[in-house]
Amino acid sequence: MKIRSRTIIAAMVALATCAAVSAFAADPIKIGLSGPFTGGSSPMGVSMRDGVKLAAEEINAKGGVLGRQIQLIERDDQADNTRGIQVTQELINKEKVVAGIGFINSGVSLAAQRFYQEAKIPVMNNVATATIITQQFKAPEFPDSYVFRTSANDTLQTTMMVDVAVTQRKFTKVAILADSTNYGQLGREDLEKALAKKGLKAVAVEKYNIKDVDMTAQLLKAKQAGAQVVMTYGIGPELAQIANGMEKLGWKVPLVGSWTLSMANFIDNAGKNGDGAVMPQTFIQDGNTPKRKAFIAAYQKAYKVDRIASPVSAAQGYDSMYILAAAIKQAGTTDGPKVREALENLKDKYEGVVKTFDHPYTHDDHEAIKLSDVMLGMVQGGHVVHAK
Amino acid sequence: MEILLQLTVSGIALGMIYAVIAFGYQLTFATSETLNFGQGEALMLGALTGLSLVGHMGYWVMIPLVMIFGLAQGVVVERLGVAPAMKTKSEFGWIMATIALGIIFKNTAENIWGKDDLKFPSPLSELPLKFLGVNVLPMEILVVIGAIVMMLAVELFSRKSIYGKAVVATSNDRDAAGLMGINTGMVITFSYALSSLTAAFAGVLVAPLTLTGATMGTVLGLKAFSVAIIGGLNSGMGVIVGGLILGIAETTTGFYISTGYKDVPGLVLLLLVLAIKPAGLFGRAAIKKV
Repeated sequence: MKIRSRTIIAAMVALATCAAVSAFAADPIKIGLSGPFTGGSSPMGVSMRDGVKLAAEEINAKGGVLGRQIQLIERDDQADNTRGIQVTQELINKEKVVAGIGFINSGVSLAAQRFYQEAKIPVMNNVATATIITQQFKAPEFPDSYVFRTSANDTLQTTMMVDVAVTQRKFTKVAILADSTNYGQLGREDLEKALAKKGLKAVAVEKYNIKDVDMTAQLLKAKQAGAQVVMTYGIGPELAQIANGMEKLGWKVPLVGSWTLSMANFIDNAGKNGDGAVMPQTFIQDGNTPKRKAFIAAYQKAYKVDRIASPVSAAQGYDSMYILAAAIKQAGTTDGPKVREALENLKDKYEGVVKTFDHPYTHDDHEAIKLSDVMLGMVQGGHVVHAK
Repeated sequence: MEILLQLTVSGIALGMIYAVIAFGYQLTFATSETLNFGQGEALMLGALTGLSLVGHMGYWVMIPLVMIFGLAQGVVVERLGVAPAMKTKSEFGWIMATIALGIIFKNTAENIWGKDDLKFPSPLSELPLKFLGVNVLPMEILVVIGAIVMMLAVELFSRKSIYGKAVVATSNDRDAAGLMGINTGMVITFSYALSSLTAAFAGVLVAPLTLTGATMGTVLGLKAFSVAIIGGLNSGMGVIVGGLILGIAETTTGFYISTGYKDVPGLVLLLLVLAIKPAGLFGRAAIKKV
């Protein structure tokens, strides 16, 4: 009896091992995909998600990576820091993802990406822009950082914004309007630094909350200070309130803001008041290369839309998926440290929609987008076009 | 001076938005001493329903339909959330029930209309008018007029019609009204219907100024609640004055002190009122005779 039960156990163990091994061979590669799919940031979150999904479907259609299919595990972080931490932990501990993709809101990213770092799993920030995101786990305290980015960080964006407003258009009196979130306030700091480099100090620095419906006080302060240009750091709905508030006060000065001025919920809610607003962009829905044309067509077909709600997010999401897949392929495994090493020394050139990524990262530089990759977009008649 | 005037005018417009929503809290408090904590959501549902209808029939025709919708929505809230709690004499049951219903309405709206903020087409010109160097949007004037007309209409209804008198009787003394043959349960249901009707109307009134979306009611509902507390839960004059105080405090603090602190004076005032005159600036203190 004793012997029999032992044999049974041994047989069961053997069976289980077999099952585990065979399951492993056919197992999909699980990748965590998180972002705000609801709320004011959702145009970015949803476009990013759809861009990533499009890339994953294309990769899977060609046989996947390492002979395995990519499986995206989607989670909505609701642009909320606490929620972001929850879903990230769930992705890592429960779903056992081998890499993370996403993060739209800088605050959520800064709160939640440390779990990827601790688990030694690479994470691609494809939309969040706060400068400190890629600096969060720096040497010597952290020998290796698992945080990578495919978006234009705030330092690049503010440099470009100041370049447009101060160098090109020769404005000397600048007002800053930023929302009270991490995104708005970290961006404001970068903006003030970028202005200081030109020897300027903003004549008014004002704050507002998400869901504020009246911007009179902020705008009047900027107007009283004699501002010639309003520079913004916020998200679509409130940016629209700013543009509409300027119209109401009969005070028309140019709006130069961070890339979020390209969000559909700004363009729609501001209507003609948003025309002329300029912002840095890494991608504009304008098929000026065959690759971009194909991407836009595929996106429009897959999601049955004419205008992508946030083209930048969609493009950066799409590219981030391809870069990650290339790294997993090069590493030959989904082991976190190996994939990180592969990302830091990516051999294959990848022709993306934002740009051609040729060795996008090194061990100490986890920013794929450089200043020369950023262009200037302008809102015109309900669309973002190339600014002249 | 022009600046102060502009801030005041914008504050009045903002304050009247709060006041119309706060008005709804009063209607139900008067009859049943309960509040609909989903008032912000009632506003949101009204605005979104209006948005769906407005494309087919234009702004003015849409308003009565939205009001009928609000009426029905209020009945649902009272029947599902408040009546059971009143029946069991549960003192706090209705609080959780109305909050829960509010959340359900919000989630439903997210599924129907999506999660994004949408633009509500303005029935009036979106170009500002100029008075004495102050800019006002025609829509802001409409909000102020609409709010006052609505409150007057409700007041007239209470004073002149037999149904209105039943409502007043119930708010004065529910038990006595019951003994006089008034169906007080019906009156309470009706007060909720009326309250949601005003909220739905307020929704389509303010939607062209604010943005329209499933989350629009949350912040507005909360601000309106502090307006109702500041002004007094049983004073029509109170909500208007309370709304104006809060609206003007927000815009002027934002300008003269710091936009980072613009919500503080209103909340400080709320604390002061609660400490010194809990019934509100214009509220009658209830004298409970035992």
